[in-house]
Amino acid sequence: MTGAIKNTGTWASTRNACKLCAPLGASIVFKGIKGCVPMIHGSQGCATYIRRYMISHYKEPVDIASSNFSEETTIFGGRANFSTGVDNLVAQYQPEVIGIASACLSETIGEDIHGFIREYRAANRNKPLPEFVHASTPSYQGSHMDGFHHAVTATVSALARKGKTGGHINIFPGFISPEDIRHLKDILSDFGIPYVLFPDYSDTLDNPHWKEYQLIPEGGTSVGELKLTGSAKVSIELGYVFQQGRYKDSLKGNQKFQTAAEWLRQAYDIPFYKGGLPIGLKETDRFFKVLEDISGKPTPERHLRERGRLIDAYVDGHKYHFGKRAVVFGEEDLVIGIVSFLEEIGIETVLVASGGASGKLKAAIDTVTGGKRKHMLVMNEMDFEGINEITDELKPDIFIGNSKGYYISRRMGKPLVRVGFPIHDRFGGQRVQHIGYKGTQQLFDRITNALIEYKQEHSSVGYKYI
Amino acid sequence: MAHIEMDPQRWKQEVLKKYPKKVAKKREKSIVVHDGAEVLQKIQANVRTIPGIITQRGCTYAGCKGVVLGPTRDIVNLVHGPIGCSFYAWLTRRNQTLPPTPESENFMNYCFSTDMQDSNIVFGGEIKLKQAVREVFEIFKPKSIGIFSTCPVGLIGDDVHAVAREMKEELGINIFGFSCEGYKGVSQSAGHHIANNALMKHVIGLRDEAPKGKYKVNMLGEYNIGGDAFELERIFEKCGLTLISSFSGNSTIEQFERAHMADLNVVMCHRSINYVAEMMEKKFGIPWFKVNFIGAEATAKSLRKIAEYFGDQELIDRVEEVIAEEMVIVKKELEVIYPHTQGKLAMMFVGGSRAHHYQELFTELGMSTIAAGYEFGHRDDYEGRRVIPTIQIDADSRNIEELTIEADETRFNPRITEERKAELESKGCGFNDYEGMMVDMAKGALVIDDLSHYEMEKLIEAYHPDVFCAGIKEKYCVQKMGIPLKQLHSYDYGGPYAGFGGAVNFYKDIDMIVNTSIWKMIKAPWEAEPVIEAEFAV
Repeated sequence: MTGAIKNTGTWASTRNACKLCAPLGASIVFKGIKGCVPMIHGSQGCATYIRRYMISHYKEPVDIASSNFSEETTIFGGRANFSTGVDNLVAQYQPEVIGIASACLSETIGEDIHGFIREYRAANRNKPLPEFVHASTPSYQGSHMDGFHHAVTATVSALARKGKTGGHINIFPGFISPEDIRHLKDILSDFGIPYVLFPDYSDTLDNPHWKEYQLIPEGGTSVGELKLTGSAKVSIELGYVFQQGRYKDSLKGNQKFQTAAEWLRQAYDIPFYKGGLPIGLKETDRFFKVLEDISGKPTPERHLRERGRLIDAYVDGHKYHFGKRAVVFGEEDLVIGIVSFLEEIGIETVLVASGGASGKLKAAIDTVTGGKRKHMLVMNEMDFEGINEITDELKPDIFIGNSKGYYISRRMGKPLVRVGFPIHDRFGGQRVQHIGYKGTQQLFDRITNALIEYKQEHSSVGYKYI
Repeated sequence: MAHIEMDPQRWKQEVLKKYPKKVAKKREKSIVVHDGAEVLQKIQANVRTIPGIITQRGCTYAGCKGVVLGPTRDIVNLVHGPIGCSFYAWLTRRNQTLPPTPESENFMNYCFSTDMQDSNIVFGGEIKLKQAVREVFEIFKPKSIGIFSTCPVGLIGDDVHAVAREMKEELGINIFGFSCEGYKGVSQSAGHHIANNALMKHVIGLRDEAPKGKYKVNMLGEYNIGGDAFELERIFEKCGLTLISSFSGNSTIEQFERAHMADLNVVMCHRSINYVAEMMEKKFGIPWFKVNFIGAEATAKSLRKIAEYFGDQELIDRVEEVIAEEMVIVKKELEVIYPHTQGKLAMMFVGGSRAHHYQELFTELGMSTIAAGYEFGHRDDYEGRRVIPTIQIDADSRNIEELTIEADETRFNPRITEERKAELESKGCGFNDYEGMMVDMAKGALVIDDLSHYEMEKLIEAYHPDVFCAGIKEKYCVQKMGIPLKQLHSYDYGGPYAGFGGAVNFYKDIDMIVNTSIWKMIKAPWEAEPVIEAEFAV
C-alpha cells in the first residue's frame, strides 16, 4: 500500500512512533559510565529489544543484563531476581558500576529498587561492591529522551561528592553521536579547560578493533570523574528542552524534574550555563563564547578557521539551498539545533516534529528562529503517520531526521539526510557529526550534496557540473 | 589457520567454574557434549534464563507479534502497551511480502500502538484501546485486527479479549486478542504457542473454499525472511504443488481461513508452529510431517517426501525432473566454492529450528558444525518428539493455554487411511515426528541451550570457528574477536537461502565471509599468544 493515510485530527493510537522508550535512553547513558553494565529490572524482552536496537545503530557489542521477570516474579516481586542478577553480573563482569533502569513491569508493581540496592549492599557488606545507579524509566512515562535525562540526573545525584571547588567544569551534552562527543572533547582540550563530560559513550559505543576482547568496553566517564562533578566551578548543559516539561497524561505532571546541572546547583551551589546544541553558526558561536568566558582565552585558531570555512561554504552553497523546504523530525533538542542551522542557510523548515511531549518545542523554535517563520508547523507528540498525512501539502524538498522517516521520503521521492538516532539503513550512524563548526560543516555538505544529487538525477541532461 | 582443539568436556568444566555455584549447577544441564551414542543424551531446555546472564532470548510478545503474526500482510497488528514494544517490533524481522498489486493491502509497514501513558496504567487502558481499534478500522477498513498485550496490560487487568469481542460486534470484522505479555513464558516460544492457539480459535477454518489443484499443501513455520518463501513458491509451482497457505511468510488472512482445505501440512520450523499442525490434524484430519528446505539436498529430500505422500507417479516424475534440473546449477556453483570452504568450522546458536536446518548447508560446503544450540527450543527440538511425554510441565509452560481440540463434526476428513499412513511411514515419511537436532550432530560436538554471552566468548576463544551464526546482538561481539558472524535471523539483509536458488546464495555468501581479506589483516587474539591449554580432542 502506498499513499499517506488521509485523516487529520487527534488520535488515540500512535501510528509509527517518532520516539523510543525510556529504558533505551537510560541504557545509552549507562553505557557512558566507565566500567558500567546496564541492567533492566523487568522482562527479559526489554533488554533484548533495546540491545538489538542500539546494536543496529552503533554496530558495537552492547551488553545489557536483565532481571528476567517471569509470571511468578510479577506476582511475588522481583527482589530475588534482582539480587541473583547482580550476583551474576558481578561474577561475570566485575563491573565498577551497575546502572539499573526499571521497565514497565517493575514500575507497575511498584518495586522499591532503592530498597533492593540498600539490602544488597547490606547483605554483601564484606565484599567489594560496584556502585549502583538507579533511574526510574517506565516506558509509559515519556520517551527515550526522558529516560536519557533521568539517567543523567540519577547518575550525577548518586555519585557527585561535595569538595573544594576545582578548576574543572561539568559538561552534559545530551544525546549526541559518539563522533560528536569526541569533537566536543577536542574543543574543550583546545581551550585547555579541564572537564568532566557525561555521558561519554564515545568509545564504549564506537570502539576500535581490539587486540583482546573486552567484556566491558573501555572508555566512559569514570566514577572518580563523576564524583568530581560535585566540585566543578560551573556546569554546561546543552539543550533547551531536556524533559523538564510535563509528561503526556502524566500523574507526575506537576513534579518538577531537575536536570543534572539544576540538581548540582541546588545541592552544591554550582552555577550552570544552559544553551542549545551547538549546531549552526549562531548556536555554536554562543557555545564558544561560553568557553571563552570560562577559560578566559580566545577561541583557538583551529576553530576560528573551521568557522571561517563554514561561512565560506554557506556563501558558496547558497545557490543550492536558498528557498528549499525541509521537514525535520527527531528528538526535540536535536531538531531545535537543526532548525536553527537551516534558518542560517536559507532553507525554510516547513514542519518540525518530535515524538517528545514537553510542550516546549514551539517556544524553543521561536527563540532560535526569532519567531520569523509564521507558517512553520511545530509539533510535539507527533508520530510518523502524522507527519506523513500533512507532507503532501507542505511540498518539502528534503527530509532531515532518523531512518524511521525513510518511508515518507521514499513515498515523496525526496531525499532524506540521516541525523540522530536510529540510523540503521546507512553505515556509520555512530560517526555522523552534528555539532560545532566542524559538525555543522559535515551536515552542511551532506544536505547540499543530497540536494545536488536530487537535481542531477532528475535532470534531463547528464550534467557533470552542477 | 590451524584450529586448536580443546576437549569439549574440559571446555564445559572451565566455563562452569566461573559461574556462582547455583548458576553452574543449572547451566551444567543445558550444556551437553554429544557422546555419539544412539540413545540421545538429555538436555535441559525451555527453562527460565538466570537473571544477570546476558541472553539471546526475547519475550513472549516478540514471539507472538513479531514472529508468527508479523509476516501476514493484511492483518493490522495493534500493540496495546507503552511505546517501546511496538517500536522495537516495527519491521525488524525483515520478512518480505508480495502484495499482488501496488494497491493491495499491506499493513506490515505500519506500527500501531496505544502508546499507554501513566494515566492509562492507573485508570485502565481499555477505553483507549477501543478508540485505537476504531481508528485502525476507520483508516484501513482491514479484514482483521490483532490486539497484542504487553507486560503492563496483564498487570492492570485490561481485558483485551473482551475489547476484541465488543469491537468485532461493533465493526463487523474479525478482531482477536492475544494475552502475550512479555513475562508470560521463558522465551519467545510461549508467544508462538499463544499465536498458534489464537489462529486455531479465531481464523483457521472460516472459509470453506480452496483453489483448485491436485496436490494441496500448507507450508507451516516458514516466515519469508530474505524472500525464502518466494523461492519455495517458485519450486512448488514448478513441481505442480498447490500452496493453500503459508504460516506465515508472504501470507494473507484469507489463506489462513482456508488452510483446512489442504491435504497435507509440511512443517519447517517445528518449534513455532507444531501446535497448529497437531490441532489441524485432530480437527480436520490433515496429516503433517517435518520438512527442511534449507540446503539443496534437504530440499530435494523434502520434495520427494511430499511426492511420495500423494503417491501419484506423475508428481513423482515431475519432482525428479525439477530436482535434476535445479541440481545442475547447484552443483556447478558448489564445484567452485567447495575447495574454499571445505574443512572449515561453523557454530550456530539461533532460533528453534534454524540451528538445525543450517547444518545441512554447511555440510554441503564441506564444513562441520562443532557447536550448536537454540535460543528458545524445547527438549523435543534437540532430542526428538519421542521425549515429549517425559518433559516435565513446569509453572511457566502451564501458563500457556492448551486447547482441547475435537474433530470437526462436518469437516473432519482423514486424508489418508491408517494403512496408507503405515506404508508411508515405512518409506520414511515420519508423520507427526521430528527427530531433533542432536541426531544429526557428530560425536564430540557441543550442544548448548540458551547460550549466554559469556559462554559464547569462551567458545570462540577455545575453538575459533571460521564462522559463527547468530543474530545482530551477537554480531559485533564476535567480529570484535576476529571471527565473522553470519546473521541467521535477518540473513545480514541477503538471501533467500531456502530451496535450490537459496542454497547457491548461501554458498556464495559463506565463501565471501570466511575468505574475505579483512580476517587476515586483523590478528585474532590467540594468534598473538600461544594457547597453552591446547589438547587433542577425544
